[in-house]
Amino acid sequence: MDFTLKIWRQEGPQEEGRMETYPVTGITGDMSFLEMMDVLNDQLIRDGQDPVAFDHDCREGICGMCSMFINGEAHGPNRKTTTCQLHMRSFKDGETIYIEPWRASAFPVVKDLAVDRSAFDRIIQVGGYVSVNSSGNPIDANAIPVPKEDADAAFNAATCIGCGACVATCKNASAMLFVSAKVSQLALLPQGQPERMSRVQRMVDQMDKEGFGNCTNTGACEVECPKGISLDNIARMNRDYLKSQVTGE
Amino acid sequence: MTEMPKHSVALDAKIPEGPLADKWKNHKNSIRLVNPANKRLIDVIVVGTGLAGSSAAASLAEMGYNVKAFCFQDSPRRAHSIAAQGGINAAKNYQNDGDSVYRLFYDTIKGGDYRSREANVYRLAEVSANIIDQCVSQGVPFARDYGGLLDNRSFGGVQVSRTFYAKGQTGQQLLLGAYSALSRQISKGKVTMYNRHELMDVVVVDGKARGIIARNLVTGEVERHGAHAVVLCSGGYGNVFYLSTNAMGSNVSAAWKAHKKGAYMANPSYTQIHPTCIPVSGHYQSKLTLMSESLRNDGRIWVPNDQSDVEALRNGSMRPTDIPEERRDYYLERRYPAFGNLVPRDVASRAAKERCDAGFGVNEAGEAVFLDYASAIERYGRTEANVKGIEAPSAEKIRELGEAVVRAKYGNLFQMYEQITADNPYKTPMRIYPAVHYTMGGLWVDYNLQTTVPGLYACGEANFSDHGANRLGASALMQGLADGYFVLPYTIGEYLADDIRTGAIPTDTPEFEAAEQGVKDRIGFLLGNGGKTPVDDFHRRLGRIMWNECGMSRNEKGLNQAIADIQSLREEFEQDVRVPGRPDRFNPELDKAGRVSDLMELGELMCKDALERQESCGGHFREEYQTPEGEALRDDVGHAHVSAWAHTGVPAEATHHKEALAFENVELKTRSYK
Repeated sequence: MDFTLKIWRQEGPQEEGRMETYPVTGITGDMSFLEMMDVLNDQLIRDGQDPVAFDHDCREGICGMCSMFINGEAHGPNRKTTTCQLHMRSFKDGETIYIEPWRASAFPVVKDLAVDRSAFDRIIQVGGYVSVNSSGNPIDANAIPVPKEDADAAFNAATCIGCGACVATCKNASAMLFVSAKVSQLALLPQGQPERMSRVQRMVDQMDKEGFGNCTNTGACEVECPKGISLDNIARMNRDYLKSQVTGE
Repeated sequence: MTEMPKHSVALDAKIPEGPLADKWKNHKNSIRLVNPANKRLIDVIVVGTGLAGSSAAASLAEMGYNVKAFCFQDSPRRAHSIAAQGGINAAKNYQNDGDSVYRLFYDTIKGGDYRSREANVYRLAEVSANIIDQCVSQGVPFARDYGGLLDNRSFGGVQVSRTFYAKGQTGQQLLLGAYSALSRQISKGKVTMYNRHELMDVVVVDGKARGIIARNLVTGEVERHGAHAVVLCSGGYGNVFYLSTNAMGSNVSAAWKAHKKGAYMANPSYTQIHPTCIPVSGHYQSKLTLMSESLRNDGRIWVPNDQSDVEALRNGSMRPTDIPEERRDYYLERRYPAFGNLVPRDVASRAAKERCDAGFGVNEAGEAVFLDYASAIERYGRTEANVKGIEAPSAEKIRELGEAVVRAKYGNLFQMYEQITADNPYKTPMRIYPAVHYTMGGLWVDYNLQTTVPGLYACGEANFSDHGANRLGASALMQGLADGYFVLPYTIGEYLADDIRTGAIPTDTPEFEAAEQGVKDRIGFLLGNGGKTPVDDFHRRLGRIMWNECGMSRNEKGLNQAIADIQSLREEFEQDVRVPGRPDRFNPELDKAGRVSDLMELGELMCKDALERQESCGGHFREEYQTPEGEALRDDVGHAHVSAWAHTGVPAEATHHKEALAFENVELKTRSYK
């Protein structure tokens, strides 16, 4: 298969970016989207041009490092699929494909398609944990029973890979789905109760400080999330946040 | 460019005296302590933020040390531990099925084909239960039963259910737990986190590791970082084979730089090749995907026994479902009637290779076998029909019921297979082939996890310590967290107790100066080389050599040839590699060039190690050393030792040191699965 790629090129965070056009040929349907990018870069390097920078690592849909806004959608056209798990058979031979970085002021471009998502780390750092030390003598694991449905719901929230597709997709560049997934995981478990109110306050405050937008319930984040994280988490976070404001805990 | 080691150290594993079960307890009681006020005066560098690195950095910071943590990814949460699927072993005996610390110890020693250190493995089994307690207290959402208690599953090579899991994402959940502990210490200022930084060299001052040279991968800046001790938790080096289940960025550079500064590499050729991965589909394939070992519980593995059927499959004139039972060779069931499709990983992988080498591989490349669920679907379907009281069910109904059962058990794996291959595994057998998955070898460490360079430690997959010649499923996560949470934080005190009056390590010394200059020179060389060939090209060719000659089976001639081939590949790389871009920008090609350069040197040493080990054990199969039936032939008289290699300049000319392995608590036996 052959494609025409329109790719966002940007030297660095301060430089201006632009769309550039590149043809790629000899692509097979079994190639992943990133392998198609490898083919392009191989060709660019051999031609003495600057290869396209993009983030990627595990290439099996779990590390959350790959990004790319493909034809106007985070991680491309397929649902519950990261860019690394997207295969070229999902595209038509001869198609023009537009490839852009995540766009959000809280995710500045590092180069080309790679962005800086350290804002997510800083949100976790203010409270996305249970304050327990690791070298002590914790109580036996089975001394804390957790109802199966709570454990399963906590697990589902915890499967967030922190890729940032929710932010990139949201017209407000809101990080509510990401933040609420972590808030929910811990709010659903007995271990998370002691810090439940202070945690949600601190994390929401940090989210605002990082420059993410507000949630207006369009639900696009849930649709584009490669792990299917549910909007219910946002409702739960809002409830807890409101409660923490009212009770002043 | 190569340097001679600054010193030579006799191999002393420092295994504590006393009975096996008391060694760790006694040792902990005798390790010197550093008082809290003094810990604040001590800096520790941790490289890598997977399970071992995150847990070590968090634990050291909680104890009061000042920690600097480094990862090359954009966030510590992305380390490749995140991709582990199956689970984590722990001797909790929650299932009351007779599990114990001793049994976990014994299974691990046996699974490793009697090539690991008894004392280390016993300690690993001992602290395993504490890991589960720790993770649950952090809010790791393990699978639970309806009573709210933790659930377990069983795994290959054992007879108890001791594996804790979180669906097929156990590694993700454990890593996010360790990442949260790390994040908490970052917020307190006890850990300074350096994302998108790569270790470029280890700095040794007066024979001790006193810091590192790191490169900021965004700005390109080369930085000096001093510390009283350096802990490498930089993972495994399966990417030496180019195609593996490792992440694209996984590399050996941190360990290799340490090796060049005097740390010995132990058993580098011990590689785990996992039998059930999705086969290679084309030249540009960058990565292989694992299909969980659990699929072998119900799937049957086969190839045609008739060459004409193989041809028909390859040219597409026949579908696998068209081949009748009598023309199929269920070769694992044929060769190993007692264990059948559930033989250990190394045995299953070699058997697949044997059939494909004989010309029976079922894809175009001739490198795939079938993993077939048809009979499982039929069997489950009939049972369901009975359960539901359906009389004389049609074949179609049985199929439908059976598929539903299989979907409930393995649905996410089947979906992943279909996403990658566009084949529906409910209707046609999956094609699978073995792929490189894990490296048991790594930096040699003593009982305290210290390498042969004082002050330089290695944890997790980066060290060689616990899995011998073959790792059991669900034991990698256990070892990473054991090292980081419960072993290193104690044992490092023994060394740091001498450093309470040292003061901050200055970085304006000749040693740092020279190391930094070496790094800059190498970067300048790579960028200015003016060659024609991209880095990936060399990496692919290295992978081909390694896979063919130092993969699932090895022989003397092939290994010697591989060493020569790698040496000429290295030379060609120096002359002809093309690295585009600038040194002061985000430049992933430059990062890759450094890593591939180190992987080529490592590959040469792996071949040397495989050549020296004139026996077959675990994942290491030498064709010259096999039984008449083609099974591994171990040599407990000549090779019951750890091979530790000291760098001398050329990898294939490394100096060989041996650490004898003493088995005082288990009897050495030949593994049999027939």
